[in-house]
Amino acid sequence: MNSQNIMFVILAVFIVLSSLATVLTKSIVRAATYLLFVLLGTAGLYFLMGYTFLGAVQVMVYAGGIIVLYVFSILLTSGRQEQLSRNTVGKVLASAALSVVGLGVFLLMLFKQNLFEQVAVLGAPSEPVGETTNSIASIGHVLLASGEQGYLLPFEAVSLLLLACIVAGLLIARKH
Amino acid sequence: MFDFSKISSWLHGFLTGYIPEWAAILTESVLVALAIITLYAVFAIVLIYMERKICAAFQCRLGPMRVGPWGTLQVFSDVFKMLTKEIINLRKTDMFLHNLAPFLVVSASMVTFACLPWNKGAHMIDFNVGVFFFLAISSVGVVGILLAGWSSNNKYSLIGAMRSGAQIISYELSIGMTMLAMICLTGTMSFSEICEQQAVEGWNIFRGHVPAVLAFIIYLIAGNAECNRGPFDLPESESELTAGYHTEYSGMHFGYYYLAEYLNLFICAGMASTIFLGGWAPLHIAGLEGFNHIMDLIPGAVWFLGKAFFVVFLLMWLRWTFPRLRIDQILSLEWKYLVPITMFNLVLMALLVSLGLTF
Repeated sequence: MNSQNIMFVILAVFIVLSSLATVLTKSIVRAATYLLFVLLGTAGLYFLMGYTFLGAVQVMVYAGGIIVLYVFSILLTSGRQEQLSRNTVGKVLASAALSVVGLGVFLLMLFKQNLFEQVAVLGAPSEPVGETTNSIASIGHVLLASGEQGYLLPFEAVSLLLLACIVAGLLIARKH
Repeated sequence: MFDFSKISSWLHGFLTGYIPEWAAILTESVLVALAIITLYAVFAIVLIYMERKICAAFQCRLGPMRVGPWGTLQVFSDVFKMLTKEIINLRKTDMFLHNLAPFLVVSASMVTFACLPWNKGAHMIDFNVGVFFFLAISSVGVVGILLAGWSSNNKYSLIGAMRSGAQIISYELSIGMTMLAMICLTGTMSFSEICEQQAVEGWNIFRGHVPAVLAFIIYLIAGNAECNRGPFDLPESESELTAGYHTEYSGMHFGYYYLAEYLNLFICAGMASTIFLGGWAPLHIAGLEGFNHIMDLIPGAVWFLGKAFFVVFLLMWLRWTFPRLRIDQILSLEWKYLVPITMFNLVLMALLVSLGLTF
């Protein structure tokens, strides 16, 4: 067990505990805060694997963007009803069934792709990837390449989607 | 030029000679963390004293004079006062979030503090995406401010948190875009490479001439707003707005916000000196070999601190000169003026770089 694995275990326990706290807490603002910890822990996993760009994006988009958006909308909308709704029997059963189905799909995928054998060969988690394979320059080239390995079309589609969102937001916020 | 990585690699070799590598790395991490926390406290004390004296100078006063010679012990006594104050627990609030919020703000500030390049080879956090990482981490502090306002169970604090949150999120845009313009020029996001490049080819503010100067000015304005400092210091206005998100905080929890404000000022200035003024790179003038050689003899840490404190002085000058803005004026300044100018500036910089008109 090397230091990589020790850090992985620490981060994994942190993520699992924060995820449990996110779904088990009664207060909606607390749930958002625990979700922040989950996302920061995931960013920590990316940094552990050497994917610094992905980790920074995770912090920037999820921790700095999505969570702030969540907290902002919670603060702007709810007055005295910050408590989540009560858990009825039907709700508990439905969510339990959904969780079991999700776990089943997840395990099915794991066994079908023979991930366990691959992990046993590679040793998990792998050592940090070299700087050359994931440098920001190569990411930029791939993102704007139009060839077979390029991501120009999805990139432009996403930017079009964002533009549509901005226009829609302006339309809603506009004073008549 | 003195290279700090000699010391760090010597320490690494020394430690790995006695203990296994993971323990050596752990020990080094703890040492670096201790260094960060110590520097954080020392800089806070220096900056608070500097702010009081500069504020006094701009208002034709003397500032603190009674405690110690020239009032130098005033800040220490204030720190001890803050440490001994009671932390008041409010009724009917979410105590967990109320206590967590200052730590979120201060830890986000500490991680960004660790991104600063102190000397050649003395980078605590250095990735190939350094600038992006810096921007990402600095956006986490907003969560702490919003949670502080909400968990105070006070409508003035909540509105104050909304104001500060909206302000910080808006001005992050300008900071990101000015940095993007400078990355266009440098072609790298790693802080160490940015500094190395400027040591060889000259400071970015000279290399990028017009767009770089424009970006520098916009960065100073946006950075001042990002640190919640004047003329954007709405949380400071107790009598008009019942202060801001930290109204209900007392003792050291308030002290953390105070600390984070001053250190964010220093981080903002340090980033400005790294990206525009060369970081630890000495001033070189082409053709004057003797002058360049003398400049090389000054250690990099002195250069970095000198530039950073020069920018801090500029920001304090700004703060004590301009009257405070209203929140709608702050937001319209950002969205109607600074964002279009930074977008134009980014295009201009890209054009100049692609035409080879930069130095």
